[in-house]
Amino acid sequence: MRITCPYCGARSSHEFAYLGDAAPTRPDPSAPDAAEAFHAYVYERDNPAGPMDELWYHSAGCRRWLKVTRDTRTHAITAVAFAGTGEAAR
Amino acid sequence: MTRLAHGGLIDRGRTLSFAFDGKTFKGHPGDTLASALLANGVRLVGRSFKYHRPRGVVTAGSEEPNALVELRTGARREPNTRATTVELYDGLEAASQNRWPSLEFDALSVNRLVSPFLGAGFYYKTFMWPAAFWEKVYEPVIRRAAGLGRAADTPDPDHYEKATAFCDVLVIGSGAAGLAAALAAARSGARVILADEDFRLGGRLLSERTVINGGSALDFVASAQAELSSLPNVRLMPRTTVFGAYDGSEYGAVERVSDHLPAPLPFQVRQRLWRIVAKRCVLAAGAFDRPIVFPGNDRPGVMSALALATYATRYGAGAGANAAVFSTNDHAVAAALDAAEAGLKLDAVIDVRPALPDALAARAKALGVRLITEGEVVATSGKCLTSITVRTPRGSETLAVEALGVSGGATPNLNLTCHLGGKPVWREDIAAFVPGAVPPGMAVAGAVAGTFGLADILAEGTRLGAAAASDTGFAAAPAPAPQAESTPTGFKAFFHVKGQGTKGGPAFVDQQNDVTAKDVALAHREGFRAVELLKRYTTLGMATDQGKTSNMAGLAVMAELTGKGIPAIGTTVFRPPYTPVALGVLAGHHRGVDFKPARPTPTHAWAQAQGAVFVETGLWMRAAYFPKADEKDWLDSVNREVKATRESVGVIDVSTFGKIDLQGPDVGVLLDRVYINMFSTLAVGKARYGVMLREDGLVMDDGTTARLADDHYVMTTTTANAAKVYQHLEFCLQVLWPELDVCLASVSEQWAQIAVSGPRSREVLAKIVDGIDVSNAGLPFMGVAQGSVMGGVQARIFRLSFSGELGYEIAVPARHGAALMQALMAAGAPFGITPYGVEALGVLRIEKGHVSGNELTGQTCARDLGLGKMASTKKDYIGRVMAGRPAFTDPDRPSFVGFKPVDRSARLRAGAHFLKVGAAATTQNDEGYMTSTAFSPTLGHYIGLGLLKRGPERMGEKVRAYDPVRGGDIEVEVCSPAFIDPQGEKQRV
Repeated sequence: MRITCPYCGARSSHEFAYLGDAAPTRPDPSAPDAAEAFHAYVYERDNPAGPMDELWYHSAGCRRWLKVTRDTRTHAITAVAFAGTGEAAR
Repeated sequence: MTRLAHGGLIDRGRTLSFAFDGKTFKGHPGDTLASALLANGVRLVGRSFKYHRPRGVVTAGSEEPNALVELRTGARREPNTRATTVELYDGLEAASQNRWPSLEFDALSVNRLVSPFLGAGFYYKTFMWPAAFWEKVYEPVIRRAAGLGRAADTPDPDHYEKATAFCDVLVIGSGAAGLAAALAAARSGARVILADEDFRLGGRLLSERTVINGGSALDFVASAQAELSSLPNVRLMPRTTVFGAYDGSEYGAVERVSDHLPAPLPFQVRQRLWRIVAKRCVLAAGAFDRPIVFPGNDRPGVMSALALATYATRYGAGAGANAAVFSTNDHAVAAALDAAEAGLKLDAVIDVRPALPDALAARAKALGVRLITEGEVVATSGKCLTSITVRTPRGSETLAVEALGVSGGATPNLNLTCHLGGKPVWREDIAAFVPGAVPPGMAVAGAVAGTFGLADILAEGTRLGAAAASDTGFAAAPAPAPQAESTPTGFKAFFHVKGQGTKGGPAFVDQQNDVTAKDVALAHREGFRAVELLKRYTTLGMATDQGKTSNMAGLAVMAELTGKGIPAIGTTVFRPPYTPVALGVLAGHHRGVDFKPARPTPTHAWAQAQGAVFVETGLWMRAAYFPKADEKDWLDSVNREVKATRESVGVIDVSTFGKIDLQGPDVGVLLDRVYINMFSTLAVGKARYGVMLREDGLVMDDGTTARLADDHYVMTTTTANAAKVYQHLEFCLQVLWPELDVCLASVSEQWAQIAVSGPRSREVLAKIVDGIDVSNAGLPFMGVAQGSVMGGVQARIFRLSFSGELGYEIAVPARHGAALMQALMAAGAPFGITPYGVEALGVLRIEKGHVSGNELTGQTCARDLGLGKMASTKKDYIGRVMAGRPAFTDPDRPSFVGFKPVDRSARLRAGAHFLKVGAAATTQNDEGYMTSTAFSPTLGHYIGLGLLKRGPERMGEKVRAYDPVRGGDIEVEVCSPAFIDPQGEKQRV
């Protein structure tokens, strides 16, 4: 599998480390329901059959965290952007 | 001898000598082992897997199910090697497999007599009872009877390597379609790789007498190869099998660099594993010659008709003194007539059809080959074939022949198209499965696509090669396709000779796994009718050839029985690898000491010179201890190293700790969010011990972080977690809080760091610093000084203590690490400075009660480790919310304490579980476990650290340390984890 890093270009997936679903965002720790919200943030994941945004880390490259849109049925990667900023490519 | 008088792509001017089962034979360069054996009249080459039936060569390619041999001897012995793909070399040695005591006489061939009991599913039915017999009796006996070849029993002496190649267009297969595609793509300027598993490019063109561009097919192959070789954008890869198609247009391939030589040349590898990244791929893998199921079809001498022709035309080898062909299609008849022209004595062509095209009939007549139409072979005889019985509507007759070529039509070789989940689809017009959905970027050309006439194949290859290049940005003027006459492609769908019972012998479907038409019928009777069930019940297609030739026959027989037709049965899908791949080439260089990279510390060579014994910690090689000549075991050395450190001064390389440099205005904010304790308030020139959690509230790592300037910190992590913590910090900065202005750099490799510990350490340090005040006032506990040592080497000095003694860690640029160690050893010589290893480091930290990897298991929270009080209540940090969960604050949770054996001479063992004295050893009574133990030379007995339910409340209580695995069951006393200097006075002097 190959991932086109917005910074480094197309690279083998061996250069990347996988984290998982990019959808959960860290909840407000001061909110009254923080315990429930953090439980969902840490443990609850969807398992979609189809396109999914995932976090990958270019550990053997530029060390950028990437948001990779991958179809879980075909492994086809349709988009890669920097995580956090959402910047696609320079 | 059945070497034909002339012809063939062999170098008759040179003779190669080889041995099979100890007998010496002669062959020529250009031969395969199979062609050379046939040319020497060797037709019996192996015994079958289950019934030990005599078997011979049946194909001329990698789909071969029968002719598996042990190739080479000694450490290079390679089992289950297909004789049909082994390139002959001088001195080759091969042996037949699965026979005892000899190939000619096999005692286990009596299995044939009991074959009614060895049918499909016999394992499941026969060896049910008694259950205890399976491992002791049945399995060993079956394994001895059924085994194939023997692997070498000594390490492989050869080297293997891995490489990556990039191209615009990968063409797999170099027959007519592949060459046409490669030419079209290459002429456009695209980077082309042409791979073929054969040692010679050309595919079927090497075996057939066709005309291309007005000349012979061989001339076309030669000119195409010359043109491709001359182009700088083309890489030709013969002897290279593309064995898998993977995601992202990546292909796996094995290049057999040296398999055609007795041994690899000096500094050359045996095989090379290629990862080929191809923007587009043209698969031109051709088709297999389909067998026909008929009684006695496994007798040596019965083979594929196209293989029979290939041996005659390409190799100048007759598969027998005379031959007949049993066919259903024009292609096989034409190939057989080519073979007759090449000198094979072809007595008859038996075709199931009522008539053949006039041109073929005329050619047969001219060559004196008898045509038997509407004919079926219904029986064979001889250990190796001596005669066949032919049935026609006009009657039966027996023909004396030594070889029978059989062709039931073409089965497209679509293996690679299935690797990403593509399902083959049935085409009734050619009675074959063709590729359905293909991997992205792949196109299929030629016979694999169900295109059979030569002119059409060349046109399709040209068109798809040009299209592939055009897709990658190389649009060239359309080049004309090579021109050829249209070859006949008539056929009749015919799979199975029926109506003769077993009089002519069993009719085999899968020769490698000994599956007969009767087995398929049995599976049908017992309800295993779906293709996946049929396969698993009968083992059809599950041998090393993965059913390349047998699957279609099995499907056809089952389709007859169900009356539903082949598409209703479906087909199994193919998975990588296309042909077996040696584990050695997948491992590449990664074996033995090179299994993984080794990271030596900056003082590695120095430690080696001191006679250190090393231990691998992750990739790092660290000194475990430094034995002296008079010490009887490692414990003696460790005790000496610990004592020397406690009493005077010791020194250890701690460069392996992860070191992360953090700079920017927001470093303090970041550290406050990742550590449970405060770092933004840390004074410049100070260091602090910190604990970081995962978001689920469990401890991730610990270490000290020092503030070098307002906006500059340097963090240390444990050796094991260095990469993980770095990745975590990058996650925090890039994903969680991109607004923070912080830059990170891993500097683990850039700084050597050496710890000097013990009451005399300050005196040693004072001798090597360049005017840095290292007094207690100038550099207090947890202080950091920056300056230089050894006359101008940049240095950072951290006053830290892992051992509990007065101690310092001195960091210098890595290239000065060894010099620093030598300077410290020289400066410490008057005090008897002693290098110590990670064993003594462990003892020192256990005596002091510091947590380490044994306690940071990923299952412990800060409170469990006695570190709960460090947690700040004034801020949020990663893991804070989840660490507040009830289970994590339950006072019953096992917590960190120390242990001493009640009988001080007893040995403690990590892993022992704690029970109340008198309580039964049950899971319900489990109160925690021992995490770390050591013999303490300071106290003179074993000590331990562990996690005990309500541990800190139970000081002085005696509990049972139960270790059933190693037979340990002793009483221990709960105590403070700080066995020495619990007030921490020694480190502050």
